[in-house]
Amino acid sequence: MKKDLLLFIAFALLVMAAPQLFKGGYLMNVLVFVGINTMLAVALNLLLGYAGQISLGHAGFFGLGAYLSGILTTTYSMDPWGAMPVAAIIVGSLAGLIGFPILKLKGHYLAMATLGLGIIIFIVFNETVDLTGGPSGLSGIPNLKLAGVSFDSDVKNYYLIWTFALAVMLFSINLANSRVGRALRAVHDSEVAAQVLGVNARLLKVQIFTLSAVISSLAGSLYAHTMTFISPASFGFNFSIELLTMVVIGGLGSIFGSFLGAALLTLLPEFLRAVNDYDIIVYGALLMVMVMFMPGGLVRGIPALYRKIAGQKGEAGNA
Amino acid sequence: MLEVSGITQIFGGVTALEAVSFKIAKGEITGVIGPNGAGKTTLFNIISGIYRQTSGTVLLEGKDVSGFPPERLARLAMVRTFQNIELFGGMTVLENVMVGMHTKSSSGLLACSFKAPWSISEERRIRECAMTWLEFTGIADLADQTAGNLPFGKGRLLEIARALAVGPRIILMDEPAAGLNSQETLALAGLIKRIRDLDITVVLVEHDMELVMDICDRIVVLNLGKKLAEGTPREIQESPEVIAAYLGDDD
Repeated sequence: MKKDLLLFIAFALLVMAAPQLFKGGYLMNVLVFVGINTMLAVALNLLLGYAGQISLGHAGFFGLGAYLSGILTTTYSMDPWGAMPVAAIIVGSLAGLIGFPILKLKGHYLAMATLGLGIIIFIVFNETVDLTGGPSGLSGIPNLKLAGVSFDSDVKNYYLIWTFALAVMLFSINLANSRVGRALRAVHDSEVAAQVLGVNARLLKVQIFTLSAVISSLAGSLYAHTMTFISPASFGFNFSIELLTMVVIGGLGSIFGSFLGAALLTLLPEFLRAVNDYDIIVYGALLMVMVMFMPGGLVRGIPALYRKIAGQKGEAGNA
Repeated sequence: MLEVSGITQIFGGVTALEAVSFKIAKGEITGVIGPNGAGKTTLFNIISGIYRQTSGTVLLEGKDVSGFPPERLARLAMVRTFQNIELFGGMTVLENVMVGMHTKSSSGLLACSFKAPWSISEERRIRECAMTWLEFTGIADLADQTAGNLPFGKGRLLEIARALAVGPRIILMDEPAAGLNSQETLALAGLIKRIRDLDITVVLVEHDMELVMDICDRIVVLNLGKKLAEGTPREIQESPEVIAAYLGDDD
C-alpha cells in the first residue's frame, strides 16, 4: 500500500516532467491519447480486474460522455466544464439503471449483454443524425478553458489530460487498497463467501459498474474537448475490445498495469504504420502470446522475466 | 437462539428435506449428523440464506429470517463456513480476515477513494482487529502469505478466523474437520470450545463421530431428509434408530 503510493508519486513526477524531456512535438499528441486510454483502462480494470465482471461495451460509455459533452456545448452552448459533470451524471445514472438487471448475469452471459449494450449505443450515435450528426460526426466542439487559457495545443492538453488521468489513478489505487477494494476482490474470488461475510455483492457490482462508466464518461468528455471533432467510428465494438486488450496485457487488478497496457496499445500503432491494415493481426497475436506466457500481464510478467534472466546469468557466472 | 420449524426442500421431484424442526440453545455446541445424502448441507444452505426453502421457517433470536440473503444474516450476527473452504485465494491471509470486518465498518466508495480521515482510522481498526482473530486461531505468523498458497488445514483455520471477524453470535460450520489429520482435528476441537467460551453458539455438520461426541452439547440426527433423533451425545449413541440408520437394519 505504501509502496503503491511511493510508486505513484514517482510516476506522477515523471509524467509531469515528460514534456520537458521530449521537447513537445508529435509524441505529445500521442501521449495525450495514452492519458485518455489510461483513464479508460483503469475504469475497466476496476470492473474486470478487481470485481471480476466483464464489459464488452465500455466504448459505449466513453462515446456517451464524448457525445453528451459535444452536444451540450455545441447545440446547447453549455460551458465545457459544466457539460462534463452533467454528462458523467447522465452516464452514471444510465449505467446504474442498466447495471441492476444485467449484473445478475455471469460470465459469457454478462459479456453478451454488455456487448449488446455497446452495439446499441453505437447504433444510436449513427442513426440519430439530428442530434449527433450521424456517421459524418460532430464538429466544432469547444476546447476547455481555465482562467482565460484555452487548452488548444498538444502540450496544454497533455497537462490537462494527465492531471485527470493521474487523479483517476490515485483515486483507484486508494479504492483498491480499501475496505471496498477488498470486498470487490472478495466477490471476484468467491462471491458466496463474500456474501456470507456480509458483502452485498449485487449492490457492490452495480456501484463499481457505475463508477467505471462515470470515469469512462469523463474520459469521453475530455476526448471530445481536446479533439473538437468526434464520430461514431471511435466508439465502436473494436474499441471496446482494444480496451479489454489493454487491461489484460497490462495486468488484471493492477492500476499501473492499466497504464502499461494503454501505453503499449496506443504507441504500438505508431510503430506499425508500415503494416497499416494488418495491425489488428499484431494485436491478436500479442493478446494470444500474453495470455499464454504472461497471464499476469506486463506488470507482473516483466519483473518475473527479469528475475529469470538475472537468475540464469547468475548461474552462468557460478559455473 | 436458532429455531427451524417444518423446513421442507424439494429439488425438482426430489424431497431433500421433509418437515425438519429443532431448536438450538444459546451458548451450546450442536452437531448435525447423518449418513451421506441425509440433507445436512442442504439444511445449512437454507439456514444461511443460500437456498430458499420450499416451506418452513427459520427463526434467529426470535426473528423470522426465512429467505433473508446471506449478507443480511451476517448483519444479524450469523455466519457460516464451507465444507470446501471458500477462501479469497488472490488475497493475503490478513486481507481475508479484513473482509470479515465488512459489516463492522462503513466507509463507502467515495470515502475510500478520497482517503477521508475517518476511512483511514477505520482501516487501522480493521487491520488491528483482524490481526487479533489471526492470533486467536493461531495463524498470525501467516498474515502476509497469499491465502491461495496455504495448506488445507491452515486454510480451514483462516476461514474460521474470517468468520469470527464478522462478530457472530452464532456460527455454522460445514464439516470443519473434513480433510484434516488427527492432530489438526484435535486442535480444531480445542478451537471450537474456545469459540463457545466467547459466548458464540456453534452449529456444526460433521462426519467425524469422535469429534462430535467429544465437543457437542447436543446432537440432531438427520436421515433421508427427516429428523431421526435429537439429544445429548450419550442419548444419541444409545438410540436404536440411530444405530439402525448408520449400521443398517436387520429387518
